[in-house]
Amino acid sequence: MKETQALSKVTIHFAGDSGDGIQLAGSQFANTTALAGNDLSTFPDFPAEIRAPIGTVSGVSGFQINFGSEKIHTPGGRPDVLVAMNAAAYRKNFSSLKTAGVVIVDPAGFDKKNLRLAGYDENQNPLNDKPTDYQFYEIEVTRLNREAMKEVDIAPRERDRSRNMFVLGFIYFLYNRDLDVTLNFLEEKFKNKAGVLEANRKALLAGYNYGDTIEAITRYRIEKAKLPAGTYRNITGNQALSIGLIAAAKKSGLDLFYGSYPITPASDILHELAARKNYGVKTFQAEDEIAAISSAIGASFGGAIGTTGTSGPGMALKTEALGLAMMLEIPLVVVNVQRGGPSTGLPTKTEQSDLLQAVYGRNGETPIPVIAASSSSDCFWAAYEAVKMAVEHMTPVILLSDGYLANSSEPWRFPKSSDLKAIKAPFQKPNTDYLPYKRDEREVRNWAIPGMEGLEHRLGGLEKEDLTGNVSYDPENHELMVKTRARKVALIANDYPASELEQGSANADVLVLGWGNTFGAIKVAVAEALNQGLSVAQLHLRYINPLPNDLEELLGSFKTILIPELNDGQLVRIIRDRYLVKARVLDKIQGKPFLAEEIVEAIKKIDQHGA
Amino acid sequence: MELDTNLTARDFNSDQEVKWCPGCGDYSILKQMQSVLPEIGIARKDLVFISGIGCSSRFPYYMNTYGMHSIHGRAPAIATGLKATNPDLSLWVITGDGDGLSIGGNHLMHLLRRNVDLNVLLFNNEIYGLTKGQYSPTSESGKRTKSSPLGSVDHPFNPLALALGADATFVARSIDRDPKHLREILAKSHQHKGTSFVEVYQNCNVFNDGTFLNFSDKKLKDQNILHLEEGKALIYANGSKGIRLNGLKPEIVDLDASVSESELWIHDSSDATKAYLLSRFFDNEFPRPFGIFYQEARAVYEDLMLDQIEESQNRFGEGDLDELLEGQRSWIVD
Repeated sequence: MKETQALSKVTIHFAGDSGDGIQLAGSQFANTTALAGNDLSTFPDFPAEIRAPIGTVSGVSGFQINFGSEKIHTPGGRPDVLVAMNAAAYRKNFSSLKTAGVVIVDPAGFDKKNLRLAGYDENQNPLNDKPTDYQFYEIEVTRLNREAMKEVDIAPRERDRSRNMFVLGFIYFLYNRDLDVTLNFLEEKFKNKAGVLEANRKALLAGYNYGDTIEAITRYRIEKAKLPAGTYRNITGNQALSIGLIAAAKKSGLDLFYGSYPITPASDILHELAARKNYGVKTFQAEDEIAAISSAIGASFGGAIGTTGTSGPGMALKTEALGLAMMLEIPLVVVNVQRGGPSTGLPTKTEQSDLLQAVYGRNGETPIPVIAASSSSDCFWAAYEAVKMAVEHMTPVILLSDGYLANSSEPWRFPKSSDLKAIKAPFQKPNTDYLPYKRDEREVRNWAIPGMEGLEHRLGGLEKEDLTGNVSYDPENHELMVKTRARKVALIANDYPASELEQGSANADVLVLGWGNTFGAIKVAVAEALNQGLSVAQLHLRYINPLPNDLEELLGSFKTILIPELNDGQLVRIIRDRYLVKARVLDKIQGKPFLAEEIVEAIKKIDQHGA
Repeated sequence: MELDTNLTARDFNSDQEVKWCPGCGDYSILKQMQSVLPEIGIARKDLVFISGIGCSSRFPYYMNTYGMHSIHGRAPAIATGLKATNPDLSLWVITGDGDGLSIGGNHLMHLLRRNVDLNVLLFNNEIYGLTKGQYSPTSESGKRTKSSPLGSVDHPFNPLALALGADATFVARSIDRDPKHLREILAKSHQHKGTSFVEVYQNCNVFNDGTFLNFSDKKLKDQNILHLEEGKALIYANGSKGIRLNGLKPEIVDLDASVSESELWIHDSSDATKAYLLSRFFDNEFPRPFGIFYQEARAVYEDLMLDQIEESQNRFGEGDLDELLEGQRSWIVD
């Protein structure tokens, strides 16, 4: 009989070479854990190179998962468990492991060559000098897995490729997990490769059975999380965003057109949508970023909901076309899955540094609504809302996600289609008098599309005469049109729900104001600070442009506003500029999300030193 | 596409004053378009003109149809998205040598290889007109302009060779000063299913006057123009000269008693190799061909796209939104 210990929350960090199948093992563990009823949050972190130099620290691929019987908001801070497939993975991650944490290593990954590649002295194997206050499992994964492969018909050079499944099997044993999810997944994935399927199955079972066989091992039990009742699924940000676009198109009765050029970390949206052709989705892999947005503009001109997705460098290329879409006043959704910048920057790392670009980055007076998703599953709601806003207000909308939200997953209590809000496009009726730039009380013009009889008209990027849309160089008209377009975007804020504090009260001293992926870390941090008796509250922004009408009053009630951002201070500038309030930034520019403890520290500092 | 047989050229005049320079070749092209459309007979509601930036790109404003004057070079991409959304439109992309071959060159070549069913009219005046006279990607090398005071060192594009290289399925050339020929080519380009690429030589009488004089001047043009007619021999100069193929090498021959017409190159617009040879009749001793160089029936992009959607719906059924929301592995929390 093994001893079983109950835990409320665990953070595991899987790490190995970028060819070791770490992402696959991690996402399998996440899917299994979700189905086991735990709440969870994941953080895949991998190099930009497909096969970074083998055995080196820069080639290490990581997958962190935080799961438990309580509500989980972040992928966890310092992990409780580190799985290190080689010396480089160990070297990169050991220092961030919790004191007295569990380390699972394969000694074969610590031979002289691996030690040298990882930057260790080859005679100074860290496994020979283990810190005694940590719990080490040295498992001869490579040797044991080769044993298991003896009965399988695969090439010798292929036999080590299933080591990830061996380790996963062992972890499944430790955490009392069912193997079915992964066995089913393997059967589907390798249905045409009998040898590979058998190798992976064998490895998974061998790892599990190894755990069952060895002596003196503690297993862990994590009860189901007490989540609100309902039906759940596990979902990543890019999946949620794709589904959100489809759902909004369906509810609006418009065709969905997605024009895109492959770019990390947005490409998965293109993949997701391209696989949904039976939903009538039209995907267009364009020749470049400019063609991607231009094709979407053409689709919207034709009466579809044109959408495009990219990341920072691609966003820069789309800038001119964004101006055109704003000028035409047609619906368009532009998704920016942000990554580390500037220039090519850090393609696989997360950052929030395209906020000012989204709000301001165009020639001329070019107001465009900007909304931001705050969690992986929230990408669905943000995408849905972006389409609704674009269609109902006849405007391009920029939707900000980022690499962390895009690839992370969490359980999602998904809605029923009947619960989704209606979306109504302001179509002009055929054969009626049509002035293309006549507006309603929200300054929104009507939409007439080619094929509609009696509404033939010309649009363009040149300044337009009020009402008719004809080219006009009239000075007063230009000023009128600039102000009108600005007012049109400003009026969108009338649709917003009232701003509500996530936690804490309006009487608190400190407000932690966030946007985008910082939501989870701030949530945990503010809860912790409140626990410690600090006077703090949390507010999270979905709408960056236009800002909510009630925000000024809400901000005014706090002595200090702290804005954690994964950039060098961008929202903080907008808030100071707009409201002339004392706001300070907590910046982090390391390509990684915030740890809750970093935000707690910042709150404490304010509390000690006063506002 | 709906037909409307009661239209006249005047129905296609928009309410906007045409603002090209007096004497510009664009006027003729606009007029031929407005004259040929009633013959084609497509209802105005199903006609769309999309342009980029430049003198030629003002064209949509003057057509009483749907239209978009977009941004520099991007009309092909915009038109692709529009056609994918509504394949039932007659779509015309209006571009120029700067718009289509310089800033928008990438989009143009990808449009051609995809073979979206639309018509591209490239007004080639071998100059940047709207920005007041810089050399363009089709200007001859050595050309002196404001931006090349010592003569341009650029080698010019051969637009039709470029189109053929991008596997265009309809490649033709016409000229502003030959209205009948231009109308005929416009009608043929409309009839072609796929991307029709038509280069129209267009005189910019302000910044590049007379650059196509060899092909428009009454005294000169007969010696310099070779009219391509399907199934007919390549003959020019009032029937005094012809083109003969010696293997893959074209030769100019005098048509006298020693050479009979049956020895000449017979125009066959389905022959890609010959089309390419014709496209190289360009700034050399050969006459400049006008007409349809090449034409090929190939599946069009938007049909292939829609076929995939239909096939996918036949196979998996029309997508159900609730199934999509639920995904493949959901669980219930009580």
